[in-house]
Amino acid sequence: MKSLDVDIAVIGAGSAGLGAAIEAKKQGMDVLILERNDELGGITLQCIHNGFGLKIFKEDLTGPEYIQRFINEAKELKIPYKLDTMVIEITEDKEIYAVNKKEGLLKIKAKAIILSMGCREKTRGAINIPGFRPAGIYTAGQAQRFVNIEGYIPGKTYVILGSGDIGMIMARRLTWLGCEVKAVVEIKSYVSGLIRNQVQCLEDYNIPLILNHTITKIHGKDRVEGITISSVDQNWDQIVGSDEYIECDSILLSVGLVPENELTTKAGAELSNNGGPIVDDNLETIMDGIFACGNVLQVHDLVDNVSEEAKRAGKNAAIYVKERYGKDQIKKDHIKIIPGINVGYVKPDYVNFSNLENLLHFHLRVKEPDRDVIIVIKEVNKIVYQRVRSFVIPSEMIEVRTKFKPEVISPNCRELKIEVLPVSLLEVLDEVG
Amino acid sequence: MSESSKKDKKVIRCIVCPTGCEITAENVDGEVKIIGFGCKRGEEYAKEELFEPKRIVTATMRVEDGFLSIIPVRTEKPIPKESVFEIIKELSSIKVKAPIKVGDILVENIHNLEVNVIASRDMPTF
Repeated sequence: MKSLDVDIAVIGAGSAGLGAAIEAKKQGMDVLILERNDELGGITLQCIHNGFGLKIFKEDLTGPEYIQRFINEAKELKIPYKLDTMVIEITEDKEIYAVNKKEGLLKIKAKAIILSMGCREKTRGAINIPGFRPAGIYTAGQAQRFVNIEGYIPGKTYVILGSGDIGMIMARRLTWLGCEVKAVVEIKSYVSGLIRNQVQCLEDYNIPLILNHTITKIHGKDRVEGITISSVDQNWDQIVGSDEYIECDSILLSVGLVPENELTTKAGAELSNNGGPIVDDNLETIMDGIFACGNVLQVHDLVDNVSEEAKRAGKNAAIYVKERYGKDQIKKDHIKIIPGINVGYVKPDYVNFSNLENLLHFHLRVKEPDRDVIIVIKEVNKIVYQRVRSFVIPSEMIEVRTKFKPEVISPNCRELKIEVLPVSLLEVLDEVG
Repeated sequence: MSESSKKDKKVIRCIVCPTGCEITAENVDGEVKIIGFGCKRGEEYAKEELFEPKRIVTATMRVEDGFLSIIPVRTEKPIPKESVFEIIKELSSIKVKAPIKVGDILVENIHNLEVNVIASRDMPTF
């Protein structure tokens, strides 16, 4: 078995992995990228629509154009990478086992590891749609790969289940290619993806968005012939007698993304309620020297935010190798960040006490849409941060950047709670006490 | 800008930010009244969306001798919305040859719109 030693191993060469590797290399690290696909770039390569890079490059780029800049930079920096290479295990001692056709089994010993494996789509099995199992059922991203990379169109008439961004973007893409998208069916009472996509991908082409409905039966034995949709009540239970048949030969599922963390848990790192590993404000998991960034940590709305997060992970991993690797680990003085009212999850899960005065990046998603809210961070009942927002929706990640002055947080603080409250509720609380 | 003397009324959902304001734009004999926007950028968006809606077109083209058989491309600048379908159709009939570098012009002045179609990525040879 071939054995290698590196400072930092990066698992996955998508937008997160490339961004992290580039930053770590710039910090003087000996970096190795491991990628299971046959080229660098990750999923951004198949997102051929525009809207990328507005934040980082102040330009409106397509996905491939955006990621090409990172691929070129990684190559200019001569960062070594292995393609067609599948990581099969990461141990607690930061040994990586990987395989590829050329070298067989590889063992890579790393001082630090950056997890950047991205996320995957929920499938039919994850949401239990009754009916036959004919050909013609795809996840939206799978269809996107067929159409945009492989050059195949998987069907002629479609119904898309779920109003996630990839589903809406595929609705437009397929319409442009001469296919018919009969409807986008969404179980919730509001769209899951960005409003921009609802307007430019569905409304522009008069594709019906059917809210409060789901697929209750798939028809066709060998190939999809149609579906039954039904309206649902507030508990997402089917309303009897509301069935409607729609003829189609293909179904695309755009029902959510899940961080891909099998390797992470094998390495001993625990996950939090969003499916991503528990991390502190350095993006370090509970395993010393194992960092995470991008969609493996939390599913982002914008690739620009992935790149930004990746850069922080790359930098912090380099600091770890230079300052902490091989030394006795000091017990971390952590403050737990707790998701409170109307907060689905928050990252990071912990903040190092010694980092409170540095610029901290919190990312969270609300559970339910709301208007006129105030985002607050509380130590017990004392508000230590607040910001007003006119509108929040689960599909739009909220970013909070703040520093805390030493006098604001008490020295024995162990928990901070982050909440998204209606402004009116806060006024009531003020009056009460 | 449209020289139409008819009365146009259109409701647009603003996409400038997540708030999604409903903006009503009315054109009475060339005089534009726009209401419902929440900010200056929303007002400008509504004006353009009513009178000259434009889109960047992204598509794929066939490649000869490439690492992949198709390459993602885009129009260099936004083009009038009504030209979208004919441009995609035209692009589907053209084959380009690898190697290609990101930003390379693959079709010059498509449909005489004074817009080039450029490669969205590098495409090495097979």
